[in-house]
Amino acid sequence: MNSMLKLGLAATLIVLPQIGLAQDADSAPDFDEIGPYIMTTLLFCMAGFLVFFMAAGFAMLEGGLVRSKNVTMQMTKNISLYSLAAIMYWLIGFNLMYPGDGWSIAGWVGPFFSQTVLDPVGVASADADLGYASIGSDFFFQLVFVAATASIVSGALAERIKLWPFLIFVILLTGVMYPISGSWQWGGGWLSEAGFSDFAGSTVVHSVGGWAALAGAIVLGPRLGKYGKDGKVNPIPGSNLALATLGTFILWLGWFGFNGGSQLAMGTVGDVSDVSRIFANTNMAAAAGAVTALILTQLLYKKPDLTMVLNGALAGLVSITAEPLAPTLFGALWIGAIGGVIVVFAVPMLDKFKIDDVVGAIPVHLLAGIWGTIAVVFYGDANIVTQLTGIAAYGVFTFFGSLVLWVIIKAVMGLRVDEETEVGGLDMNELGMEAYPEFSKT
Amino acid sequence: MKLIIATIKPFKLEEVREALTDIGVRGMMVTEIKGFGSQSGHTEIYRGAEYAVNFVPKIKLEIAVSAAMADQVVDAITKSARTGKIGDGKIFVLDLQQAMRVRTGETNDDAL
Repeated sequence: MNSMLKLGLAATLIVLPQIGLAQDADSAPDFDEIGPYIMTTLLFCMAGFLVFFMAAGFAMLEGGLVRSKNVTMQMTKNISLYSLAAIMYWLIGFNLMYPGDGWSIAGWVGPFFSQTVLDPVGVASADADLGYASIGSDFFFQLVFVAATASIVSGALAERIKLWPFLIFVILLTGVMYPISGSWQWGGGWLSEAGFSDFAGSTVVHSVGGWAALAGAIVLGPRLGKYGKDGKVNPIPGSNLALATLGTFILWLGWFGFNGGSQLAMGTVGDVSDVSRIFANTNMAAAAGAVTALILTQLLYKKPDLTMVLNGALAGLVSITAEPLAPTLFGALWIGAIGGVIVVFAVPMLDKFKIDDVVGAIPVHLLAGIWGTIAVVFYGDANIVTQLTGIAAYGVFTFFGSLVLWVIIKAVMGLRVDEETEVGGLDMNELGMEAYPEFSKT
Repeated sequence: MKLIIATIKPFKLEEVREALTDIGVRGMMVTEIKGFGSQSGHTEIYRGAEYAVNFVPKIKLEIAVSAAMADQVVDAITKSARTGKIGDGKIFVLDLQQAMRVRTGETNDDAL
C-alpha cells in the first residue's frame, strides 16, 4: 500500500510539468522567431571576446619588437588606449558610427554626443530587435574593432612618442575620426550606398589605423640612430621575439572573431555555415602570408627573418578581411600570399623614405588593407572603381585628418620625449619603472 | 709566475677547460667579452636592412700559473681552441708580480 502511494505520487510529479509545458507552448515564441536574435547575440559576444583578446596580441607583438628599455611604456600605452577607446565609443563613437535615422549630415556625419543606451534589464521579446541582436552585444562587438585601430597606431610610433599626446590622439581617433569614416560604410552612409564592399574592415579598420600611423610617423620622425647620415639604415632589433610570436598567434586567433563575427548573423543554416567558411578562409590567408614571407626572406637574404614571417601572417589576415566569405580556400591562399609579398618588399621601402615604423604596422595594416580591399573584385560583388573610391576616401580623410591632429598636438604640447629620455629608455625616464629590472644590460 | 690571457671562441670553452685541468691547472677566470681582431666582424640582415656586427662575442680566460708551467698551458690552449678558421683567438703571456690566497695568506707559487 505504501509503495503504491509512492508510485502514484511519482506519476503525478512526472505528468504535472508536462501539462505546464503544453500550456506555455501556446504563448511562447518559437525558435524561428527568437532563435536568430539569440544566436546572433551569442555570435557577437563570442566574436567580441576574441577580438578583445587581440588587444593582448597587439601588446605582446609590440612588447617583443621594442627594446627592453621601452616595454613598460608600450604596455602602458596598450592598456590605456584600449580603455579610452571603450569609454569614447560609449560617449560618442557608437551612435556616431551607426546613426540609424539620426544623421547630422545625411550619409556623411552622424549625431554627436549621443551616448549608447542598452536594452532594458530582462527585455521582453516583443521589445527586442528580433531581426538582429541585442544592443549590448552589438555595441561590444563594434567597440573592440575601434580599439584594434588604435593599437595599430601605438606600434608604429613606439619608443619615442610621449604618453599623453599619444593618448589624446587616441581619444580623437576612437571617439570621432574612426566613427565618422566608419559610418560611411558600416553605418549605411554614402559609400555603402555607392556599393563599396569591405566585409570586416580591411579599409574601415586596418587601413584607417595604418593611415593614422603613417601621418604620426611622418610628424614624429624616426627613432634616434635609426637612419645614418649617409642614408644607411641601422636596424634596432626587438627585445623578445618569443613575445612577438605569441602576440602574432593571439592576433591570428582573435581574427576568427574579427572576420567570423562580421557575418553579423547566425540564425540560419546559411549564416552558421558562412561563419565557418570565414574561419577556414581567414586561417588559410594567414598561413599563406606567413609561408610566403618565410620563403621570400630565405631567397632574398639567405636566412629567414622571423619578424617578417610574423608580419606576413598578419598581412595575410588583413588581406582577406575585406572579403573572407566569398573566396574559395585557394582564393584565400593567393590573396593572403600577396599580402606576404607586400610586407617583405614594403618594410625596406619605408626605410628608404626614412619612415620609422617599429613593428611594421604600415605595411601590414595600410598596404595589405588596400590590397585586400582591391581583391574583393575577384570573388565578391564589387567593382574596382567603387573599391578605389572607398580606399581614396578613407585615405584622404584619415591621413590628412590625422596629420592636422598630430601637428596641432605637437605645437601645443610636443610629441617626442627629449633625447636623453629616448636614449635612456622611456621606462625609467617617463615612468620610473622597468619591465625587466633584474635583467643585466649589455 | 705568469698570467696568461687568452681569447677563444665561446663554443670551445669546455674543450679548453678539459685540456687545462688535464695538465694540472687548478683555477681560471672566465669572462664573456666582445671584440674584434683579424676577423673584424660580419654582416647580418634584420627586416631587410643589412647591418655590421663589429664586435664578435668571445670568451676571455685569465690563468695564473708558475713560470715553469706557462709554455705547457699556452700549448694546451692552442691545441684545444684551434679550429683553423679565422677568429680562433689570441694568447698573451704577462709576468705576474705577486699572488696571495685570501683564506690562508699563502703567497706566490703556494697561492696558485
